[in-house]
Amino acid sequence: MIQYLRQSRNSCIITAGAFFPFFRSMYTQMVEVLGGQNGETAQERRFQARIDAAETIEAKDWMPEGYRKTLIRQISQHAHSEIVGQLPEANWITRAPTLQRKAILLAKVQDEAGHGLYLYGAAETLGVSRSQLVDDLLAGKAKYSSIFNYPTLTWADMGAIGWLVDGAAIMNQIPLCRCSYGPYARAMIRICKEENFHQRQGFEIMTILSRGTNAQREMAQDALNRWWWPSLMMFGPPDAESPHTEQSKRWKIKLLTNDELRQRFVDQTAPQADYLGLQIPDPALHGNADTGHYKFGQIDWAEFYNVIKGNGPCNRERLRVRKAAHDDGAWVRAAASEYARKREGLPALEQQI
Amino acid sequence: MDDWPLWEVFIRSQNGLAHKHAGSLHAPDAALAVENARDVYTRRNEGVSIWVVRSIDIYASDPGEKEELFEPAKSKVYRHPTFYKVPKEVKHL
Repeated sequence: MIQYLRQSRNSCIITAGAFFPFFRSMYTQMVEVLGGQNGETAQERRFQARIDAAETIEAKDWMPEGYRKTLIRQISQHAHSEIVGQLPEANWITRAPTLQRKAILLAKVQDEAGHGLYLYGAAETLGVSRSQLVDDLLAGKAKYSSIFNYPTLTWADMGAIGWLVDGAAIMNQIPLCRCSYGPYARAMIRICKEENFHQRQGFEIMTILSRGTNAQREMAQDALNRWWWPSLMMFGPPDAESPHTEQSKRWKIKLLTNDELRQRFVDQTAPQADYLGLQIPDPALHGNADTGHYKFGQIDWAEFYNVIKGNGPCNRERLRVRKAAHDDGAWVRAAASEYARKREGLPALEQQI
Repeated sequence: MDDWPLWEVFIRSQNGLAHKHAGSLHAPDAALAVENARDVYTRRNEGVSIWVVRSIDIYASDPGEKEELFEPAKSKVYRHPTFYKVPKEVKHL
């Protein structure tokens, strides 16, 4: 039977590309598994069986409300983080030390805008509208990553952000390329391919500064001191305080826990700091030859929750700037709409703004 | 922004393959959809040509009916060359 791909104007059905083939198993038998466990309906059991068989869930497939809601929350927060994440770095575009560094930083910030759009597109496939998502962000109702509420005080912060913040983001995103929801997984694949340069350009900035004058090395060390702990917080609260982890893992919209990802990040990053000759600001940090992992000190979770609640150094500033950019662009959107209407020969509306 | 229709973006890569779906975006008209698609989906020389189609104009099969829809092909293994035995001594077949 043939049907409309989209049922409403606001739900986009396919998004973020068939560009990258995504592993898909054969459509296995939908066996009626075990009866009545956890009060699951037959439909929910079939859904879980599909996920367990590594099938990809697509926009028009049946899905439990909880799966849909959790994904909307997760993907939209991710999208908002990309959009707000442009702001700390935009701060340095006009003050980049060379024309090449400026061009690189511009390209990185432009990528982040693009990544936000891929993710908004993926969220829209779940039936939420773009304007609702944008409104929630501007109204301060939506969450985004706590890391972007810290200020970028020196040029070395561009290095530390690329190296640590993008490094942590990639660590978090690579497993999500295998998540169960097709549009999200495809967006993640694109994003991971593009973000690799973000981390490398950051590490290159840190390398140059740490091999430079004393003042430059101190600047790099200072940036590492300020960004290290907030980067570890990016992975979210400890597993013991993440009540939704188990369900999200079952649905394969989270493949590794917060603590697992954080540990991998520390293991990967500590030797890189050694290479730079910089000191990670954690006296408890040490490698354990037996386990092959680094032990690290206590994270200040009070700070994390405080920033999440809106009391970080830059929360208000970020939203103010984002909202101003949106308002300043209103006339452009209105002009584009009006032009499109004229070209279609439709009567102009009295007032659009 | 929701007044702006949604467009599906298709891109032909350098290697002469068919246009492939790349993603979607909102735009007020086709011309702006193509310009935005360039910025959103071809920042790294991914393409030599862009198509945009209003999402609302795409018709699709129902995922719930895929079993019935694709069933006829399942039993026709003889459509694949591997179904046939080729004698070892016969070449170029």
